[in-house]
Amino acid sequence: MSPALVHQLYNLTPLAVLGAIAWIVSRAARTPLWGEALRRLRRNPTARVAAAVAGLYVLVAVADSVGWYDTASQERRTVVDAVFERPRERTYSAPLADRTFGEPRPAPLIGRHLMGTDGVGADVLYRALKGVRTAFQIGGTTLCIVTPLALALGLVSGYHGRWRDDAIMYAVTVLSSIPGILLQIAMVLVLGKGVPQICIALGVTRWVGLCRLVRGEAIKHRDREYVRAAKALGVGDTAILARHILPNLLPVVIISTTLSFSSLVLAEAILSYLGVGVPDGTGSWGNMIDAARDELARDPVIWWNLGAATVAITGLALPMNLLGDALRDAVDPRLRS
Amino acid sequence: MANPLLHVEDLRTWFRSPRGIVKAVDGVSFTVESGRTRALVGESGCGKSITALSVPQLVPEPAGYIAGGRILWDSEDLLERTWSAMRPLRGREIAMIFQEPMTSLNPVATIGRQLEEASTVHGGAWRAARARALELLERVGLRDPSATLRQYPHELSGGMRQRVMIAMALANRPRLLIADEPTTALDVTVQAQILALIAELQRETGMAVLLITHDLGIVAEVADDVSVMYAGQIVEEAPTAALFAEPRHPYTQALFASLPSRSRRGGDLATLEGMVPDPAAWPAGCRFAERCARRLPECADAPPWRSLAADRRVRCVLPGVDGGTA
Amino acid sequence: MLRFVVRRLLQAIPTVLGVLAVTWFLFFGTVSAETIARRNLSSKNPTQEQIQGWIKDHGYDAPPLVQLRRGTLDLLRFRFGTSDSTKEDILGRIRQGAGPSMAVAGTIFVATVLGAILTAVVAAAFRGTYVDKTVTVLCVVGLSVVYTVYVIAGQYFLAKQFRYGPVWGFDAAHGIWKYIVVPSLIGFSAGVAIEIRLYRTFLLDEIGQDYVRTARAKGVPETSVLLRHVLRNALVPILTNTVAVVPGLILGGLLLENFFGIPGLGSYLVDALAANDFAVVRAMVFLGTLLYIVGLILTDIAYAIADPRVRLD
Repeated sequence: MSPALVHQLYNLTPLAVLGAIAWIVSRAARTPLWGEALRRLRRNPTARVAAAVAGLYVLVAVADSVGWYDTASQERRTVVDAVFERPRERTYSAPLADRTFGEPRPAPLIGRHLMGTDGVGADVLYRALKGVRTAFQIGGTTLCIVTPLALALGLVSGYHGRWRDDAIMYAVTVLSSIPGILLQIAMVLVLGKGVPQICIALGVTRWVGLCRLVRGEAIKHRDREYVRAAKALGVGDTAILARHILPNLLPVVIISTTLSFSSLVLAEAILSYLGVGVPDGTGSWGNMIDAARDELARDPVIWWNLGAATVAITGLALPMNLLGDALRDAVDPRLRS
Repeated sequence: MANPLLHVEDLRTWFRSPRGIVKAVDGVSFTVESGRTRALVGESGCGKSITALSVPQLVPEPAGYIAGGRILWDSEDLLERTWSAMRPLRGREIAMIFQEPMTSLNPVATIGRQLEEASTVHGGAWRAARARALELLERVGLRDPSATLRQYPHELSGGMRQRVMIAMALANRPRLLIADEPTTALDVTVQAQILALIAELQRETGMAVLLITHDLGIVAEVADDVSVMYAGQIVEEAPTAALFAEPRHPYTQALFASLPSRSRRGGDLATLEGMVPDPAAWPAGCRFAERCARRLPECADAPPWRSLAADRRVRCVLPGVDGGTA
Repeated sequence: MLRFVVRRLLQAIPTVLGVLAVTWFLFFGTVSAETIARRNLSSKNPTQEQIQGWIKDHGYDAPPLVQLRRGTLDLLRFRFGTSDSTKEDILGRIRQGAGPSMAVAGTIFVATVLGAILTAVVAAAFRGTYVDKTVTVLCVVGLSVVYTVYVIAGQYFLAKQFRYGPVWGFDAAHGIWKYIVVPSLIGFSAGVAIEIRLYRTFLLDEIGQDYVRTARAKGVPETSVLLRHVLRNALVPILTNTVAVVPGLILGGLLLENFFGIPGLGSYLVDALAANDFAVVRAMVFLGTLLYIVGLILTDIAYAIADPRVRLD
């Protein structure tokens, strides 16, 4: 395949993802439960602001996913690269400064850096923006691993019970008894560094929580009368699970997923700090924070690297948490008329 | 008419909801006299429970609020009192028991502690409260009172729990007992026992009882006076015997007609067509009109009160309602 | 009660086995016995003989199941052996490190739970008002910040700028308190937000219950309603959830000890991971699992004490 074609395919991915999400949301909006929930969300000012901020992040991520092949550097360049990349300096520089920082004889800077530069002279704002796509990749992919896995195992475990339940709960107990961090570190060491590997590592440790939730709900519903009625009518187990129990679980699952997204983004930062995060080339807020430790020890202190990374992460995690809470309130049947 | 103990005048208790203001209680008036039992009857959703909760100002907040009216107690308007100023009255002069004894008792505290609290909260000493708790449990007919003191609510049966609730309510010799569907969650046999207990205690103490119920059978057994509620308003008021002998309001008549009766065998059960109107948007005029077989064009205006006797009134414009030709 | 504890401990054995199996699998999936040997042998270019000898000495040549069995039996008898890399006695080192770790983790735990209960009660007492809304907002913001940022910024501001404690070091002999203050404060700040939100939800759920209405109908003052009825009932789910604070303590331990130079179990583990020291890692994971299981058992006991409807069966 020609490089140009490959790049076109890459460029289509964000479109496909956004399109899929838009389709799902529009289908959901037609059901009474979700339609009402979405209407409530629209009226909630906090939710609107949070959605707007999250939307900005999505915009940046999309901008960083759409690119072309740059013959000059023989590399892929994205929209973010084109707009925000700045020439590399020699070393640190403060935001909006015109000289380097902390050197005995500060040299003049080549370009303007809104948020200064880091130890190797890279523009901090640029690095922060490059981290957005990674965050979405990690959050999204991990959730794509965790959710189906937890759903399937939770449903089987809760609905069928007996040996299947015993086996799955055994796995759940073993996995939750190992300190999560250790498991994640070990898995990354096994699989190697890289975004897909981190997603697997995070996914393996996190499906447990959702699985327990789903199992609990499945147990609650399997003894309900509508399920017994369906069974009496001869409906098969899979059909019961898919058509009756699953829709009742969706609110819980979706809210849990939304809230997990931000904790996954935060987890990536910690893993990067511990040295098992994304490789150095990829954008990563965790790597930026990693460097901050020594930077804050210096005198005068270098704060802009840590500051940019913190604002970037919190700026994504906070709206997602607020949205998750607003969604939970919007779906709460007790608040319905 | 003797001086009533409780005189509720034009009470309005409303609720804020996303769909607008729900006027659950919309201009309700009635009186309760010492030593007598007034029943507030109606189907679910008519506002009778909220009426009961309004008296001690226990309406669920923040959605609910008392929008107007007067609640006269000893010629004082209770609605002038703040929430915390009502505290000396609650559990002491005005006591209340609820429908679900299981969830109405604190699951992690012993019966003894909960009973003692009823006394100590109003200034009783601890030791005296202990003795009083024992005494009360005996009075409400529990067989092993000292053992019951140490038990937890989940260890008792429904009937026993309701007796405990009654004991708690009576701890400070209230002048008014508000009973919100006290027997609805109980077995039929236990129902009779609880009702008998309440009646007995009333005879002993001379307290007034405001009984909330949807069951006409209970009304017949224990009530002296009845107020029939529909869609947030009272539609008919009469002494029990008179009401049962001759219900006048079309709604009351429909209620009685829908009771299965031994004297009308073989026919279809009479049903009341239609549904209660939406509380967020009460119709103007008579709220029963759309379901009334005998409605007239005049019913589009709010029907007036018509006095049929000193202690009887009906809210209806129909000509036959006052005893004339139907 | 004793029967209950014994039964739960016995039930925990398959879990422990599973954990050990997973640990072994992960570790030797990561790194081969040979690599470890090379790392730990003193000479620069060890011969095959030396490598094989080292592997044999440490028992890593046996088939996997045999290693698993031996390892499990050893661990269950608390015979942790010696470290692959430093050759020191693991159990002894754990005993040494346990003190500092417990000092910090214990302080954080107690402070977090008590602080969260206090704040949640205040928020519930003033529900709907600005007090409540402020608490809620602060909590959401608080849990949207990365743990490492708390540590780095905390160390900078609290230790370096305000000098509430030393930036580095630990000396039990000379006033343990000043070494614990800053790390504990950081750990508390990072973890308390989640608990406050949770406890607040529990409290609000209880406030909506019927028995609260009964208490008010009896004339109980609102403060007593909140403390003696609502909080007492909410303690049941609160206690059940305290075990969930523990994983945060472990993560906190790793980061805080690393940052503040506290010679606890966290830094021991981090060093061991870096050195591919399987013996230590295995022992630490076993310990962690054991603590978690003990925590679960304690939680069940606390739950049964708090809720008279529950019986340990």
